[in-house]
Amino acid sequence: MQGSVGYNLAFAAAVCLVCAVVVSSSAVALADRQDRNAALDRQKNVLLAAGLATDDESLGEDEVVTRFAPITRIVVDLATGEQVGDVDPATFDQRAATIDPALSRVAPDNAARITRLPNTVLAYEIRDQTDRLEMVVLPVEGLGLWGTLYGFIALEGDLRTIRGLTFYEHKETPGLGGEVDNPRWKARWTGRMAFDDDLAPAIAVVKGLAGAAADDPHAVDGLSGATLTSRGVTNLLRFWLGADGFEPYLTRLRTEQGRS
Amino acid sequence: MSRTRDALIDPLFNSNPIALQVLGVCSALAVTTQMDTALVMSAAVVFVLLFSNLFVSLLRNQIPTNIRIIVQLTIIASLVIVVDQVLKAYLFEISKQLSVFVGLIITNCIIMGRAEAYAMQNPPGMSIVDGIGNGLGYGVILAGTAIIRELFGSGSLFGVQVLRLASEGGWYTPNGLMVLSPGAFFIIGFFIWAIRVWKPEQAEPD
Repeated sequence: MQGSVGYNLAFAAAVCLVCAVVVSSSAVALADRQDRNAALDRQKNVLLAAGLATDDESLGEDEVVTRFAPITRIVVDLATGEQVGDVDPATFDQRAATIDPALSRVAPDNAARITRLPNTVLAYEIRDQTDRLEMVVLPVEGLGLWGTLYGFIALEGDLRTIRGLTFYEHKETPGLGGEVDNPRWKARWTGRMAFDDDLAPAIAVVKGLAGAAADDPHAVDGLSGATLTSRGVTNLLRFWLGADGFEPYLTRLRTEQGRS
Repeated sequence: MSRTRDALIDPLFNSNPIALQVLGVCSALAVTTQMDTALVMSAAVVFVLLFSNLFVSLLRNQIPTNIRIIVQLTIIASLVIVVDQVLKAYLFEISKQLSVFVGLIITNCIIMGRAEAYAMQNPPGMSIVDGIGNGLGYGVILAGTAIIRELFGSGSLFGVQVLRLASEGGWYTPNGLMVLSPGAFFIIGFFIWAIRVWKPEQAEPD
């Protein structure tokens, strides 16, 4: 009987069922390709942070693999900074590890509002022929305004100067906080100092314009209309460069440099 | 026959969804800085409009009147999710640039407007034609806006440099307004003006 409550409910249920089947089968059928694209995009962003690729280049899969040749992926124990031998960096999935109770722990209170920390993290090193460190690229994440920002920061061989910063996934407002992926803004990071003289994380996104890199080394231009996103970027960088983040690993690299 | 042709051609200029009905302007501002994104967005809207009109029209005699809007919305939302998934799988870079605006096709008034105003009253064949026509009407304005914005804003077309930029040793200084959303407002305003000069019957009486 059309118009009865029973008919309405049955009709709604049938429409929902058909739509659910269509949506979920398209998601399942395309998942492999999407995952491959996402993985490739992450690698491309490592290259962008490291300055081995630029934003206006469209790189195919082969080209990304070729440019990745000088980069060594290593899995690092976050707490000790030591390399972990029994995990394959090629298959290690840090995002999956972060939500796996067996591979992660609750994060200490932090301004970046990170809730769980993986026990091991993925780092990318570039070394010259004499094994001297030229650059290191570290994954970073933390809350912006609407969601978690995922990105990479690249540090020069001195482990203080920033080479580049990119975000490959975020939910910020297009045109405001979404400008975190604007190439012109990202270019402002190159040459700034991540740490102060005591090796404490000092980099900050400031309100308004920052001075020249030489006079104002720890500041980067703020994003207009995106105070909370700017603050989120500052907080997440300070967290990952700090004691609960990559500090043990960076300390190990500095000691290693001191010896050679 | 001529009714079919009218349903296809009318939305291009005579009753253009953006220029006459002023619907779907939000996404028209957001995705028209480049031709690539504008055309992919238009194709996505044509696809969603075609199939939402088809399915709504097929079910038009079965859909209970008091829940018809939510049923239309469910169909539209499902189609949009499928489009979004396909773009993420096959056109990843463009889907990243389109970001939320693919998902926002769900709330694009053109789509629900056609479902409610046309597909609920007309047979499937005509509804498909109407969907394609309105999608193309949206696409015509998007493509027109994007050509102007990309050419004068970045000196390129489809990502290929046409005008050599002053910053790279050429002569052309890009117009920054074109890259920003207000630039699209001006261009769409000029389109509406031009269409109404050409077809004075579209102008509202004072």
